[in-house]
Amino acid sequence: MDNTTQPTTRGMTGLIEDWVSDKDAFKNVSWGKTMMWIFLLSDTFIFSCFLVGYMSVRMTTDVPWPNASEVFALTIAGEHIPLILIAIMTFVLITSSGTMAMAVNCGYRRQRKQAAVLMLVTAVFGVCFVGMQAFEWTKLIEEGVRPWGNPMGAPQFGAAFFMITGFHGFHVSIGVIYLTVVALKVLRGDYEERGYEIVEITGLYWHFVDLVWVFIFAFFYLW
Amino acid sequence: MQNNTDTQPQQHPISLYFKVWGLLFVLSSFSYLVDYMQYQGLLRWTLILVFMFLKAGLIVAVFMHMVWERIAFTLAILSPPLCILVLIALMASEASYTNLNRLIFFG
Repeated sequence: MDNTTQPTTRGMTGLIEDWVSDKDAFKNVSWGKTMMWIFLLSDTFIFSCFLVGYMSVRMTTDVPWPNASEVFALTIAGEHIPLILIAIMTFVLITSSGTMAMAVNCGYRRQRKQAAVLMLVTAVFGVCFVGMQAFEWTKLIEEGVRPWGNPMGAPQFGAAFFMITGFHGFHVSIGVIYLTVVALKVLRGDYEERGYEIVEITGLYWHFVDLVWVFIFAFFYLW
Repeated sequence: MQNNTDTQPQQHPISLYFKVWGLLFVLSSFSYLVDYMQYQGLLRWTLILVFMFLKAGLIVAVFMHMVWERIAFTLAILSPPLCILVLIALMASEASYTNLNRLIFFG
C-alpha cells in the first residue's frame, strides 16, 4: 500500500475523506494487517454461529442443563473448588496475551531477540492451555459425556461443549504453530529490512483467540 | 507496503500494557467470583456481561491497537459484527417458541 501523502484530518471528516479518496480507504494500514483483521472478522462470525446455536439448543430444551460450575469443579488437596480448572485456563490465556503485547512492543523497538523470546513464551502458555483442555476433555469423556448425551442432563450439552471448545482449542493450536514459525524467523533476522509489523499481525491473531475465550467463558461456563 | 522510515512505528509506553494486563486479571477474577459466590438471576447476568464486555473492549482497544487506528478502519472492522445481534434476537424468539411447544406437547 503506497501512502505517500499522510492523512492529516481526523474524526468524522477524516472518515469521509478516507472513503471518498478514490483509492485505498484504509490509510496507514498495511495489507497484511488489513487482511488479518478481515480474516478475524470472518472468524468472529463462525464463533458467533456456534455460540448462537448453543444458545438456541439450550433455550429450546426442556431437560435441565448440566450445571457447569459443578461439571468443571476439581478436588484439589481435599478442597472441592467449582470451575477452578477453567479459571486457571483463563488466567493462562490472559498471561499469554500480556507476553504477546510485550513482544509486539519489543518488535517495534527493534529488539528482535526479546521479541522472539516473548513470542516463544506466549507459545508455551498456549501449549499449557491446550494441555489443560485435553485434561478437561479426558475427564468429561471418562464421566460419560458424549456429543449425543451425558449423565448430567440435557443431551445437547456434549455437542455444544465439544464443538465450541474444540474449535477454540484448534485455533490455539494453530496459533502456537504460527507463533513459533514467526518467532524463529524474527530470531533469524528475516525482518530486519521489512520491519517488525509481522509481530503485530501475529499478535492480532493471538489476542483474538483470547478474545473468543472471554465470550466462551461468559456464555458457556458462567451461564 | 509501508516503509519503516516514513511512518511512526507504534510506540506506546510499556506501562500502559502492564496496566491493561493487570486490569484483565482483576476482571477475570471478578468473573470467576460471580460463579464462586453463586450469584443468581439478573445480578449474575448483569455482572457476567459487564465484565465480559470490559475485558473484550480492553483486548480489542489496547492489545489489538484499535484505539490508534483511523475511524474508517475501526468502523469497517467493528460494525459488521453488529449483525449478530439480529441473529441472536431471531434465534432467541424462535427458541422460546420451540420451548413453549415442547412444554405444551411433551412436558
